[in-house]
Amino acid sequence: MKVSALQSALLLAVLAFAFAGSTHAEDTVSDVQAKLQYCNVCHGISAQGFLGYYPIPRLAGQQVDYIKNQLQGFAEQKRTNNIMFNVGHVLSPAMIAALATSFHDLNPKPLGGAPKALLAEGKKIYEGGVPGANVAACTSCHGEDAKGNGQFPRLAGQLYAYVSLQLTNWSKERSETLSSVMTPIARGLTDAQIKAVAAYVSYLE
Amino acid sequence: MSVIWSNSLRHLNGRRAGEGTTSLRGIRCRNMTMARQREPRTMPVGVRWVLRTAILALAFAGAAARAEDKFASRGSVQAKLSFCKDCHGTSAQGYAGFFPIPRLAGQQTEYLENQLRAFNEHRRANNIMSGIANTLSPAMISALAAKLRELNPPPVGGAPRRLMAEGKRIFDDGVPEANVAACAACHGPDAPGVREIPRLAGQLFPYVVKELTNWGKERGQNVAKPDTSFIMSPIAHSLTKPQIEAVAAYVSYLK
Amino acid sequence: MNRIRAGLATITIGWFAASLPAAQAERLPVRNCIWCHGTLAQGYTPAPQLAGQRPQYVENQIAAFRTHARDNPLSRQYMWNAVENLDAGAVHDLAAYFSTLPPKAAGDGKRELVAAGLTIYQDGMPGLNVAACVVCHGPNAEGVRQIPRLGGLAYSYLKRRLEQWAEGYHSAAGPPMPNIAGKLSANQIDALASYLSFVK
Repeated sequence: MKVSALQSALLLAVLAFAFAGSTHAEDTVSDVQAKLQYCNVCHGISAQGFLGYYPIPRLAGQQVDYIKNQLQGFAEQKRTNNIMFNVGHVLSPAMIAALATSFHDLNPKPLGGAPKALLAEGKKIYEGGVPGANVAACTSCHGEDAKGNGQFPRLAGQLYAYVSLQLTNWSKERSETLSSVMTPIARGLTDAQIKAVAAYVSYLE
Repeated sequence: MSVIWSNSLRHLNGRRAGEGTTSLRGIRCRNMTMARQREPRTMPVGVRWVLRTAILALAFAGAAARAEDKFASRGSVQAKLSFCKDCHGTSAQGYAGFFPIPRLAGQQTEYLENQLRAFNEHRRANNIMSGIANTLSPAMISALAAKLRELNPPPVGGAPRRLMAEGKRIFDDGVPEANVAACAACHGPDAPGVREIPRLAGQLFPYVVKELTNWGKERGQNVAKPDTSFIMSPIAHSLTKPQIEAVAAYVSYLK
Repeated sequence: MNRIRAGLATITIGWFAASLPAAQAERLPVRNCIWCHGTLAQGYTPAPQLAGQRPQYVENQIAAFRTHARDNPLSRQYMWNAVENLDAGAVHDLAAYFSTLPPKAAGDGKRELVAAGLTIYQDGMPGLNVAACVVCHGPNAEGVRQIPRLGGLAYSYLKRRLEQWAEGYHSAAGPPMPNIAGKLSANQIDALASYLSFVK
């Protein structure tokens, strides 16, 4: 069929409209860099984590799948956090993937600062769990070196205050996500045990 | 002068009925003698002495206390705090002078100490504050910071209220499309700050505007000694002028 | 026709004249002020220059004269009565009017003290807990809002005001001024007053 000039013009116009609103389709390298710099404002230099008013977690060296899942969870408000919802819902899938990969490649030293007195107890819990409370050993999913695997997050070098807060408030923030698997574990740990295991992982590199 | 003398003489003459003198020296000696003879002894000399001394002592103590208030030893924390308040306001609530002078009341001690150190090391550029920080010992800095932290006057206010809603939105949610982080993440939901992160609640509107607008020109000025002020650089840089004014107005009313 | 033309001319000229400052002054009781403060409000010892003064400051001073809060001897003797019959509108208009007149530096301080005065003004004396005047009064001592212009005021006036705070006289100024002025030595007051008298 012969396409008239007018029809071509119309088609072009429609296509132009279709793509005009979509800035995501053209995320450039500099856009990713700008977005990374933005993440670092809160998550710290090289995404090592930062103690703001709230403890802001380390993203450096994190599992790619885990970051993707979390950002999606925030955007869909399955993981409830107002600030991260606002961050997450403007990110395109391509941007999310780019960010996750960038974070995974970072490897700064842990922020540290946790009470060293808790390390022995923490290591015991991390490697052996708390059998009496049906708390499995963390190693079984998070790995011996706490570097995680796929959707199971890296814990090595994570902020002490952040891990403590997460384990304490697990179901308040994450009950609707895949990570609800952690709910009975978080509930099974006492406050003292939470602090101990949080301190332990915070020093792992 | 002669009027006074003759009046006093008249007074004495009235008492003694009659005697007058001509020379000045004569008057004095005569009067003292007459005085001693005149006054009946009602109190022992010792008691009178003690009373007189006590009264004098009290008078001087009062004077010394007043002098102490006004000219409190230049090195004392009270004196230095009063000096801070000359510019920063009677309760350190801040003051809109020719330049906006920030609220220090209720500020995080770590932040205050860091700023004074930054002024001292010229990492934060401010001629006046550098001159002042120069005269403060580390102990004085800590003492001042502790005292200022305890003050809690109501905010000075005055910012345009119509900007509040937008300001709250930026503060709580950030501006993700512009890569502006949510202030609440670090400064806290009602901007109290924590540790080295400053309180923004009740901060002067024109001051916050000035800081956010001039961040890169004022803070982190010593390239050889980078400090935590770099964290705010991308944020200050990415905020537009209306956004700066909105968020500044919002925090200025927080208690 | 000529009468009409003359009439029109009068109206036109009158309309333009009315918008001139001098004509404006005619509507205000300025004459009572200029007796002492000078025909262009440039000041005439002991009355200070009002030309170029911040309107809010002038309004505050008049209010302070009315409530007798500003109680130094000359204010008491002259200004308390002078402002008695001013209504709120007149006060506002007078203050606005004076602020439009061009200030002129009195230039009657001691030249050899200007440098010292400048240093105190710009840097303060932190070791002596004396705040830098510039922070509130501005880089050219021009003031802002209710904070007065100091630039160009007469040496004797400035000296007297600084001394009076230390002597316990009150004014419309907030707490800082008695505290600050009270810490100045006689030499420092001399230097400041000298420097400021030359500031344009």
